[in-house]
Amino acid sequence: MLGKATARTDIESKYWIIRPFWPDRQYWAMIYLALFVLGTAIAETLGPGRLLEGVSAAKSLVISGFEWFGDLGMFCARLVRAALAPPYELGELVRQCDSIGSKSLPLVALAGGATGVVLSLQIRDSLTRFGAKSLLPAVIVFSIIKESGPIITGLVLSGRVGAGIGAELGSMKVTEQIDAMEASAVDPYRFLVATRVLACILMLPLLTLAADFCGIFMGWVANTLAEPISLQLFLENGFKNVLFSDFIPPTFKTAVFGFIIGIVACFQGMRTRGGTEGVGRSATSSVVLSSLFVILADVVLVRLILVVYG
Amino acid sequence: MATKIEEKDETPIIISNLHKGFGNQKVLNGINLRVARGETTAVLGRSGGGKSVLLKLIIRLQTPDTGSIRIAGQEITDLDEEHLNEVRKKVGFLFQQAALYDSLTVEENVAFPLSRHTKMSQTDRKQRVREHLANVGMDRDLRKMPSELSGGMQKRVGLARALVLEPEIVLFDEPTAGLDPITAAEIGDLIVELKQKRKITAIVVTHDVQGAKVFSDRMVFLHEGNVLVEGSFDDLQKNKDQFVAEFLGHGSR
Repeated sequence: MLGKATARTDIESKYWIIRPFWPDRQYWAMIYLALFVLGTAIAETLGPGRLLEGVSAAKSLVISGFEWFGDLGMFCARLVRAALAPPYELGELVRQCDSIGSKSLPLVALAGGATGVVLSLQIRDSLTRFGAKSLLPAVIVFSIIKESGPIITGLVLSGRVGAGIGAELGSMKVTEQIDAMEASAVDPYRFLVATRVLACILMLPLLTLAADFCGIFMGWVANTLAEPISLQLFLENGFKNVLFSDFIPPTFKTAVFGFIIGIVACFQGMRTRGGTEGVGRSATSSVVLSSLFVILADVVLVRLILVVYG
Repeated sequence: MATKIEEKDETPIIISNLHKGFGNQKVLNGINLRVARGETTAVLGRSGGGKSVLLKLIIRLQTPDTGSIRIAGQEITDLDEEHLNEVRKKVGFLFQQAALYDSLTVEENVAFPLSRHTKMSQTDRKQRVREHLANVGMDRDLRKMPSELSGGMQKRVGLARALVLEPEIVLFDEPTAGLDPITAAEIGDLIVELKQKRKITAIVVTHDVQGAKVFSDRMVFLHEGNVLVEGSFDDLQKNKDQFVAEFLGHGSR
């Protein structure tokens, strides 16, 4: 009776809420790795090569790291204040949804499709060895809707949108356009930042659907080229055991990715200084930091989803 | 909230004992400045002497360390965002590099403040934008993007944008810098015209002594974070201070 931990006893135990963040022994290695990657990335972003300059540099690095998070917190607070009060900038929101959502669609569809093809090729080979080839459609569908689709969309968007927003807001900042907007009594946090962050949150799940669709469809195409199977049969086999709880949480967790991408890119853009060189730095650091945080958030979210729905 | 009526002083711009520094560097060191209604004041001084910072402090694009700034009878140093924006609507600001929104056309740039703050109909707004662009001679380039315009043209569009809400106070950050003498003179004429027609109160930050002689009623010299001398051009010419004499001498050569 004791010792046999299931998801159910997890939830009943009084620590269930921190349970996913309090990893078992086998997760420690992963956590150390994540912290190492995080540390290196922040060090590189804040000042390349500084790590080697000894303890004082390391100390100032830790301080600037904390400062970064502190500034980010203040940025979020100001953003929430600006976003909640009317007037709402619906026109600008629609424009951003178009430029973030529709304009990313081809890239996301292509990335999703390619993933489907690759999965199909690789898994066919592996499953054949285990004599479980009939599971191929199910494996493709599960891996795409549960993980590949969402994370591919998240990473592609942190590249495309992260760099785009970082450079756009950064160049507006260094050419005083942000100041000009404030001077004409328009809050740039409301007009520029809130609309972009919200557009990212809204568009990511939709783009994930597109990636899922293309991935599964191209998975079928690759499959049927190797060994003809009708689309109907493929889908029937693939979706036979899929529940809504397999599909909904992974799709909507990308809203969190969207939030991260939007916030980090806008934040890096708005704190740009130092002319055109600064704009380049902002674009780079937006991409680096947003992809990093998307990956880390994914680890946490997957664990959380498994606890809640597992 | 500092919104209630304090003492009634109709002077549009009153700056007293204003300090501003960046890190260890003191930029403004207890500045006092009053600009009367309808008066154009030119602020001169060396590059990096805090002239642009002064302008930005006036509409709180930067926050002062200590001191007081009253705009149209309203103390703005501790004003909340909402009331601050009410004050900002009464102030037009021409930026040094014009700072046009580069994703919008010339027409949309000038229409931007209008569409945010007025409930005009589309046609009225178009009409008003065209009038203001015509005033600066830019009404033939409505559909152009800012990147297609020369520096002088950008500045003229920036001027139209600063004036489109018909502010009582206009702040110019180096309106003639980097322009050829003819365009610079045109911008100077526009400022004079503005003063005569619309009775605006203005502060013009500039290096251009000759221009300032034409368009300003009064000149103020900033030196080492403070007002060194002030007065009309003739007053200043009589001034014995070496720095002022050198500045005017070099400027009018």
